[in-house]
Formats: sequence, C-alpha cells, structure tokens
Amino acid sequence: MTPVLRLAEPVAGARMLGLGSHQPERVVTNDELAQRIDTNDQWIRERVGIRSRRIAADDVSLVDMASDAGARAVKDSGLDPSEIDGVLVATCTMPNFIPNAAAQTAERIGIRAPAAFDLNAACAGFCYGLGMAADMVRGGTARHVLIIGAEKLSDWLDWDDRSTAIIFADGAGAAVIGPAPDAAAVGVGPVAWGSAGEMNQAIRILDGHGSKAGGALHQEGQAVFRWATTQVAPVALRAIELAGLTPADIDVFVPHQANLRIVEAVAKKLRRHGAREDMRVADDIVYSGNTSSASVPLALDHMRADGRVRSGDTVLLVGFGAGLSFAGQVVRFP
Amino acid sequence: MADNTEILAGLAEIVEEVAGIDAAEVSADKSFVDDLDIDSLSMVEIAVQAEDKFGVKIPDDQLAELKTVGDAVDYIAKNQ
Ligand SMILES: CC(C)(COP(=O)(O)OP(=O)(O)OC[C@H]1O[C@@H](n2cnc3c(N)ncnc32)[C@H](O)[C@@H]1OP(=O)(O)O)[C@@H](O)C(=O)NCCC(=O)NCCS
Repeated sequence: MTPVLRLAEPVAGARMLGLGSHQPERVVTNDELAQRIDTNDQWIRERVGIRSRRIAADDVSLVDMASDAGARAVKDSGLDPSEIDGVLVATCTMPNFIPNAAAQTAERIGIRAPAAFDLNAACAGFCYGLGMAADMVRGGTARHVLIIGAEKLSDWLDWDDRSTAIIFADGAGAAVIGPAPDAAAVGVGPVAWGSAGEMNQAIRILDGHGSKAGGALHQEGQAVFRWATTQVAPVALRAIELAGLTPADIDVFVPHQANLRIVEAVAKKLRRHGAREDMRVADDIVYSGNTSSASVPLALDHMRADGRVRSGDTVLLVGFGAGLSFAGQVVRFP
Repeated sequence: MADNTEILAGLAEIVEEVAGIDAAEVSADKSFVDDLDIDSLSMVEIAVQAEDKFGVKIPDDQLAELKTVGDAVDYIAKNQ
C-alpha cells in the first residue's frame, strides 16, 4: 500500500508578536529637491502630501536597514533570535538577485538556519509576506516568522525625473509572527490578495537613466492613481469581510503610503461603507515618503510610537503597487 | 439617457463631492483648472465618478482634453 504522507501539526492561527523599523538619518526636503529639478514644495505637498523623506547614505545597504528593523522587531517580541525559524524579506530594490536579502539578514541578526527567502510584490510586498508568514505559522511549517519590508529605492531612481524623485524613499519595517494559543487569540486575519497583470507596464524599471543600480523606476502616474483610488478600497473591504468583521470594527487604517491623496480617497470610500469617522488613518508619507514594501510596517511603528496605535486595536493593512499587485489583512495589534 | 441639463447637474454634484466646490459654481463656461481650481488628480476622481454615473468611458488622454465643464458635458452626452 502507498504510505500516507503526514502533515505538519497545524495551530489555531497566527498573531503579531513584535514590530520594529529603521529609517536613514538623512532628511531630504522638498526645497532640496527643487534645487535640482523643476518642482516646488507647494506642488509636492498638494499632489503627493510629502514634506520630507529619508534617503540612505551611499554606504548603507538594503540589508543594513533590513537587519536593523528585523533585530528591533525580534527584541520587541521578547523572543531569542534562536526561536525564529523563518525569515522573509519583501523587497523590489536589491542591487542583485544573488545572494538574496533574507539569508544574510538572518545571519546578521543571529538567526541560525531559518527558511529564508525574498519575495517581490513591490509595494504590496509586506502584506503579501505577512499573509504567507501567518499561513506558515498556522500550517505548522514554521513557528516564528520574521517578515521584513525593506527598500533602497534611492538607488533605482533617476534623480532628474520629477515624477518619481519627489515620491520615493528608503527604509525598512518588520514584524514577528507567531502562533496564537487559541482561536480567541488569533491576531492576523486571512489575506485578501491578487494582481492586475494587464497593467504590468504602469510601474516598471527602465534600463539606464543614470541611476546607481542601472535602471530607474518609471510610472504612469495618472493611470496608477485612477487604479488605486478605485481598486484598493474593495480589497480592504474584502479583507474585513474575510476576517468576519465590518468596517465599523476598524480602529486604525494603514494603507501603503503611495500618495496622501490616494490614502485620503480610500479612507473616504471606507467611511462611506461604514468605517468610523474616528478611525485613525496612517499619514506617515508626510515625513517618510513612499518606501514601497517598507511603508506599512514603518507607518505602524511610527503610529505606535506616537500613541495612535495601541495594544488591542483592530488594524486594517493594505498594500498595492507594481505588478500591479495588492494584498490586505486585518491585524489585532499586540 | 440624461439630457445636457441633467448631465450638468449630475456633474456639478460630483465636483462638489470630490473637490468641495459649491455645485452652483459649476456652470458650462467654467474651466476646471483656471476657474474652479481643480487639479489633475481631482479630475481623475471626477472622471471615475462620472463614468459610474453616466455609463461612459473617460480615458486619461481624453480627460486631458476636457478643459471646461461644458466640454465634459458634451463628451458625456455624445458617449453615453
Ligand atoms: C506622480 C503624480 C504625483 C503626478 O501627478 P499628476 O497630476 O498626474 O501630474 P501630471 O504629470 O499630470 O502633471 C500635472 C501638472 O503638474 C506639473 N508637474 C508634474 N510633476 C511636477 C512636479 N514634480 N513638480 C511640479 N510640477 C509638476 C505638470 O507640468 C503639469 O502641469 P500643467 O498641467 O501646467 O502642464 C501622480 O500621478 C501620482 O501620485 N500618481 C500615483 C502614483 C503612485 O502613487 N505611485 C506609487 C504606487 S506604489
């Protein structure tokens, strides 16, 4: 008889155990950008919402930022690095594909021999990775997973292109996901995710263009704006529904920080569907810029620091970007 | 199908909702950018809502051609 394969022992569900982030020290203001390109502070504040962003120094790598954010999240979780057995780095701006970011980041943090891999879903990367991390824990194939969103977008920009140079920035954010002891303690809802491959050209890397990495990010700004302001709210609503909640249950909304106008348009739509007026909405883009896969955990960590996210809060996360790709889930804040 | 007066009234409602401009201000001769101070991103939001309301398609390249409220009303009337 053919032997039956045994499966890993599943657990009730997953929850978030810790959070951490890293931002470069250097602040780049709109006025500084206006010295190089034809733009101005008022235009950037009105169309995008950014006042300043953080840009990493030449000698700071994506892995440096990922390692710092990751180590902070592990410390915050109270776990020893040896208890982590999965490391995921969501990124789309590594200088090279090999080696990947995850294995070296794990090594730097002192996590020995974890399952370690990178995933590319651009600005949706953290929410994709969080969904996978939660499913790994729930399925019993890993016990504690460190998920990191890390980007050094500054290497992939044409600093003379005013449609991208004003928007993108550097940083990293991370969370530790572990098992929930019982159903009542489950803290990560099912991921609502997908893609729109027919719009793959809307955000892409063009070869050359004088960027450090040899390719520069390019986007069809209005097409992306139109897509995001119409397609992101339904993803968010689906995530709420999958978690068995209603929009009125959401205390905090942390969408990818692409553009403050998109954030506001999506929040307005959610309120029209019953989200509360006092729902706190992330606006981290104002001083952080658009950091792609890092923006959701960065915003969450900053909101915790200033008291706008508290233990027990029901938090809605949603990422969206190149691919195009999107993912969202509801999280109970630890 | 909506006639031009109905389209104008419907469009004015959308403009008020998206850009916070009093619907009474929104008349056919007004330029979106110069008179109503509506920027390109708000125009996208207005287009999306107009598409829903009137069952038309307003692609980004067409949108750029709609300079006045009257241009938009004519475009919708012709394409609905
Ligand atoms: C990029 C974006 C800010 C550009 O805004 P936009 O309104 O579409 O810009 P346009 O190219 O249509 O230009 C509108 C006007 O602003 C001007 N302009 C464009 N970029 C400018 C800049 N950086 N500074 C100053 N003026 C600028 C243009 O010259 C144009 O002026 P005109 O109408 O007098 O000719 C906007 O499209 C956007 O944010 N889209 C979403 C992209 C996004 O979030 N991507 C991340 C996804 S993860």
